Amino acid sequence: MIALPALVLLPAIGGLAAWLSGQGDRPTHLPWWVAIATIILQTVLLLVVTLTAGFGTGPWLGHFSIPWIPALGIAARMDMDGLSLVLLWLTTLLSFPCVILSARDIGERPGLFLLLVLTTIAGVDGVFLATDLFLFFFFWELMLVPMYVLILRWGHEDRRRAAIKFFLFTQGSGLLMLVAILGLVILHWRSTGTLTFDYFALADTVLTPATAMALMLGFFIAFAVKLPVVPLHVWLPDTHTQAPTAGSVLLAGILLKTGGYGLIRFVVLLFPDAAARFTPVALALGVAGILYGAWLSLAQDDMKRLIAYSSVSHLGFVLLGVFSGSPMGMRGAVVQMVAHGLSTGALFVIAGSLQDRLHTRDMRRMGGLWQALPHLSSVALFFAIASLGLPGMGNFVGEFLVLLATWRISPPTAILGAAGLVLSAVYSLTMIGRAFLGPPATGPDPDHAGPDFGVRQMTVLGLTMALLLVLGTYPQPILDLSLPAGPHATQPEAGRP
Amino acid sequence: MDALFLKLIVAFPLLAAAILLLSAGRMPARATCVIGTGSVGLSALMAARVATHATSPASLHVPLWSWMRVEGFSTRIAFTLDPLSLVMMLVVTFVGFLILLYACGYMRDDPDIARFFGYMTLFVAAMLVLVFSSDLLSLYIGWEGVGICSYLLIGFWHIDSANVAAARKAFIVTRIGDAAMLCGLLLLATRAGTLEIAPLLAAPPASATAAFLLLGGAVAKSAQAPLQTWLPDAMAGPTPVSALIHAATMVTAGVYLIARLHPLFAAVPAAMATVALIGLVTLLLAAGSALVQTDIKRILAYSTMSQIGYMFLALGAGAWQAAIFHLVTHAVFKALLFMAAGAVILRVHHRQDIYQMGGLARAMPGVFAAFLAGAAALAGLPLLTAGFYSKEMILQGAWHANPLLWAGALLGALATAVYIFRCIFIVFFGPRHTDPTGRTGATMALPLLCLGILALVGGWIDMPDAIAPVHLLSRLLSPLFGAPTAEGPSWLLWTGSLVPLAGVGLAWLLWRPRIRAFTPPEDAVARLARTGWGFDTLYDTLVVRPFVALGRLNQTDICDRLSDATAATARAGGRMLGRMQSGQVRRYAGWIAAGTIAALCLGAWP
Repeated sequence: MIALPALVLLPAIGGLAAWLSGQGDRPTHLPWWVAIATIILQTVLLLVVTLTAGFGTGPWLGHFSIPWIPALGIAARMDMDGLSLVLLWLTTLLSFPCVILSARDIGERPGLFLLLVLTTIAGVDGVFLATDLFLFFFFWELMLVPMYVLILRWGHEDRRRAAIKFFLFTQGSGLLMLVAILGLVILHWRSTGTLTFDYFALADTVLTPATAMALMLGFFIAFAVKLPVVPLHVWLPDTHTQAPTAGSVLLAGILLKTGGYGLIRFVVLLFPDAAARFTPVALALGVAGILYGAWLSLAQDDMKRLIAYSSVSHLGFVLLGVFSGSPMGMRGAVVQMVAHGLSTGALFVIAGSLQDRLHTRDMRRMGGLWQALPHLSSVALFFAIASLGLPGMGNFVGEFLVLLATWRISPPTAILGAAGLVLSAVYSLTMIGRAFLGPPATGPDPDHAGPDFGVRQMTVLGLTMALLLVLGTYPQPILDLSLPAGPHATQPEAGRP
Repeated sequence: MDALFLKLIVAFPLLAAAILLLSAGRMPARATCVIGTGSVGLSALMAARVATHATSPASLHVPLWSWMRVEGFSTRIAFTLDPLSLVMMLVVTFVGFLILLYACGYMRDDPDIARFFGYMTLFVAAMLVLVFSSDLLSLYIGWEGVGICSYLLIGFWHIDSANVAAARKAFIVTRIGDAAMLCGLLLLATRAGTLEIAPLLAAPPASATAAFLLLGGAVAKSAQAPLQTWLPDAMAGPTPVSALIHAATMVTAGVYLIARLHPLFAAVPAAMATVALIGLVTLLLAAGSALVQTDIKRILAYSTMSQIGYMFLALGAGAWQAAIFHLVTHAVFKALLFMAAGAVILRVHHRQDIYQMGGLARAMPGVFAAFLAGAAALAGLPLLTAGFYSKEMILQGAWHANPLLWAGALLGALATAVYIFRCIFIVFFGPRHTDPTGRTGATMALPLLCLGILALVGGWIDMPDAIAPVHLLSRLLSPLFGAPTAEGPSWLLWTGSLVPLAGVGLAWLLWRPRIRAFTPPEDAVARLARTGWGFDTLYDTLVVRPFVALGRLNQTDICDRLSDATAATARAGGRMLGRMQSGQVRRYAGWIAAGTIAALCLGAWP
């Protein structure tokens, strides 16, 4: 299916075009329009891919492969299953708020900004598709570098430190993954005599339990940093806080999901036995993330930090679901990823808009914003309620299925996870109460709170709300799609060409 | 046809909520009232149609759509109409309609009236989902949905931070119960593979844990001890909200849940005993608090808690019909009391302290009559009031379960009559402390009239055999709950009738109109009772403050400090190593010499 590499190339080319179109001397909105055209085209392309792949034609829905560096057994191989498809859709949908809402008001070098945003998206798309481990690593790096530049150039007051921290953490853990990849490839070469980076071939490697555990840990740590898993989450609050709005949305909405995706595809499915032995630790880490993230979230004064820690808490559910060892938990984890992407992405848009208007993220200096910004505030209220897991919205479906799957293997873990739901109500409502309700703050003049959300913002965020409601009341299509295809499921070549 | 009506009963308020909330306040107040009240009115009409039509006790099942279907678990959104949900439907739509009509007058001048009616209709829709759901997980949608509407409406006047704090407290305390309930659902779903109520009850998995976890949810939602602390603060909301959510419907959801799942509870005697005990403790504690309150709405809030305590007592005693009967009559008379109190509050310039009112009976005879009817029903004055019959049924049930429960409930009945007539004597009799202005409009008076009549005669649907053999409600509910137990000796009935009268007499002795003005009691016990027996302080010191303080202490994240420490170590190490490259040949020569010696030593090592 030639469309798979096109899904990666299109945003990259569109980004280049946006950059080139912004090279003139006069400031212009042209790059912005080019970027919008790109993501619309991307949506159309993805729709075509979805329709041609069809529903239920087998676990693997699409396949593409050409040799790349044959001498080393490296191919440009991509395969798409339902999990990839769901996450590709999430990426494409979230590129709309990134581009339409936040990239519009970038003062300097909008072309370059959009180039970086779109290459990050291209890298993420590649990560969700690549089934050659070398290609996967390539895309893994591709999405990090532009994000690093985004934070470094367009970030807030403490951006340099945050960018370096982000880079060190992700790069360091990426190196660990590279070592694990090479180890796996070499072991496979030793035992079979063929040198290959192919995911499906490597899945058949015979490993001793100890080596399997060591290699799995290499992958696990890389993805755990990304997800993030406590205590490897420390890069996230700083990075989120300092990143420009589009960067925060990309990070929370999509980049973190590559961690969850990697855990499913390259930890649980590639090393099933080692992962099963690792389950108790993973469950403990997941529940620790849920509770620790929520606890720290409610202690924050900085709104973006609060949302960032709430992400740590929400994604703890993903870790629980992935390691629950049942398809139910896996499906729940995927729904949780999608719902978290939508709700937290929107919350970052809101926090970013507030920062643009009030020039602060400090909730001690906000308060009573509902009077000045009723539309923005009611949208924030909606997403805060979604984020606390109200039934009828997407987050609840994810959390419920994950907890149900967890209850089967360990009721105490599930009870602790459910306690996280109480804390999520505390921090979500605290945020709403401190920033939007109560008497108008004495800090920034409420009359200068700037304009309320207009048609553009309300349309994009309104659609996001509708998606969350649909996901919460009729999640079945996502649930059906979201079970990942294992490397042994059926030969992907047997799928459509 | 009935299936369609059932869907429409929920759809109308939901649609109205969507219209009102999306209109973002651009709609004129009158249209807002018409849409908000009209939608619930239509639902009430349809409910009446369904109720009169569905005379057969067979239940109506309306599957809507499959919600989640995964390996080993599936759940669907589906409605069921059976006698229990029929009764609840009528309460929610009719009382809801009257309260919304009242709210048209009460909230007339509020600039945010669209948001108010949007939340209120959303609440009605969520409450109906809760009542109709035939699957525990879709019931949970309504369960949490009414919770969030309660949050939004308690904090409706959000400029005052006290209201916002009260709203947050209400949601979080009930969320603790909700989390317990969710755990109960997880347990049941794991055991049975389904959360559909009918199969669950056909073969109840006798699980004490599940019963207790579900009870946790019911206790928090219905403001029973020990999770009752949120309800008095919830009075921060507009009075129609207190009437609808915190008296008539949402707070009784816990009672509904236990009644709905009664085979699950009946199979676990320890759970039944706990339910009864919780009910008894709450009804006495709350009645004690109500005796010394000074805020008219807080009196009613504690009274609500106490009356739901009666319902829990009945549930724990296995008198299911009695609990539901009291739920119905309580919805009527407590909504009436709240709305009458609201009318008083509006006329006396938003004052709520009863000691600042006094002598209002002559100034507002209609409101006084309504309040009196509600108070008489609440106190359970014999024969003439609805509350008498439902409370009598509970007392009978308690007597059969355990005479001690009966004695406690009787003590509570005495206290009830005393505190509500204390309120009447102080507010409506004696010297006047404030001059009421304005008049109570028709939209507010009409609901008072309707509920006032119902509060008096509504109890006649079910009477003890000694008075008249009418058993409409018991008979309606008997397919679900089985035949009610036989009545006890007739002196039970006499005692139950005389105790409320004695309470009124006691209140007259203590607070009868005199020239001298009253002051609230100020001894230690009264102060403790006024603050709800110190539960708030206890939770604050034991849980809230340590938790928040520890969080504050760790605001900068200890894990982050560790990574910073790593960075600092690396930097310091780099600086130290960097010092070696000082550029002085002497130093380099020294290092070379040291290295050579070390190498030689290593080489010479055997």
